[in-house]
Amino acid sequence: MAHDAVDQEQALASDWGGGGSPFAVGWPKLMMWLFLVSDTLTFAGLLAGYGVVRISLGRWPDRTQVFNLYLVGAMTFILICSSATMAVAVSAAKRGDHRRVIPYLLLTVLGGLLFLSGQAYEWTHFIREGARLFGNPWGIPQFSATFFITTGFHGGHVTVGVLYLLVTALRWARRSIQPESVEITGLYWHFVDLVWVFIFTLLYLI
Amino acid sequence: MAEGTHQDGYRIYGVVWFWLLVITLLELGAVLVHLPHTLLVISLLIMALMKAALIIAYFMHLRYERLSLAYAVVTPMFFLAIVLFAFLGPDALSVLHRR
Repeated sequence: MAHDAVDQEQALASDWGGGGSPFAVGWPKLMMWLFLVSDTLTFAGLLAGYGVVRISLGRWPDRTQVFNLYLVGAMTFILICSSATMAVAVSAAKRGDHRRVIPYLLLTVLGGLLFLSGQAYEWTHFIREGARLFGNPWGIPQFSATFFITTGFHGGHVTVGVLYLLVTALRWARRSIQPESVEITGLYWHFVDLVWVFIFTLLYLI
Repeated sequence: MAEGTHQDGYRIYGVVWFWLLVITLLELGAVLVHLPHTLLVISLLIMALMKAALIIAYFMHLRYERLSLAYAVVTPMFFLAIVLFAFLGPDALSVLHRR
């Protein structure tokens, strides 16, 4: 019992101990985390802007009439699956389970590409119905503006993520990176999924 | 304890994946059964935060990192949400009432 208490105290002290590596992660991973925090601010700004516009207008088109929620649900499902395969790839790289890394990275790429196809289909449909960046048939110009800008920003992140994943898979195949690099790629990819959780909820469902 | 969870293979990711799917289906269900608006908004926000917590804690591994990193990352996000709600919400409402 007393021994446990001492252990706990030491663990607590080490958490805030500072020293040469106060966060106990390498600098590349720390930099990725800091980038993700700043990117959170980007998306928070976009979503907050959308909130202000929507609340201050007091009216907004009914999303269930405009969007196909089943398609969006399927895209969400695909992105969640790709996040899970990414987690497996990272875990495999870290524990030295080498035959699993590349297949699961490529599965993640496939998920990203499927998601992007869904988004391309959705955008095409939306534009054919008359939606433009600064105007649409539903009477509230800000509706299509926030839709295009927010989902476009996210889609851009997914596109970059797919390229990032491909580069990581290639470099892993050539054995020129450490498991930590796969993990950092994973952090970025999970972040893209994380942002979609909020876009899906705020833009499509509420 | 953290090591134990690490060693039982990839099972934890399957479990998190399953719960993310369940919550997503519940979200869609809440919209499709037309819950009252306030209840819908509150439940959707809670479910989104639950999904976010699952992704950050397990997929992004923050649960297994040193506490100082977890706080350094989560604190700005948390305060950002409060500040945005606290300042922009009333602002938007006052614009609505002035129309």
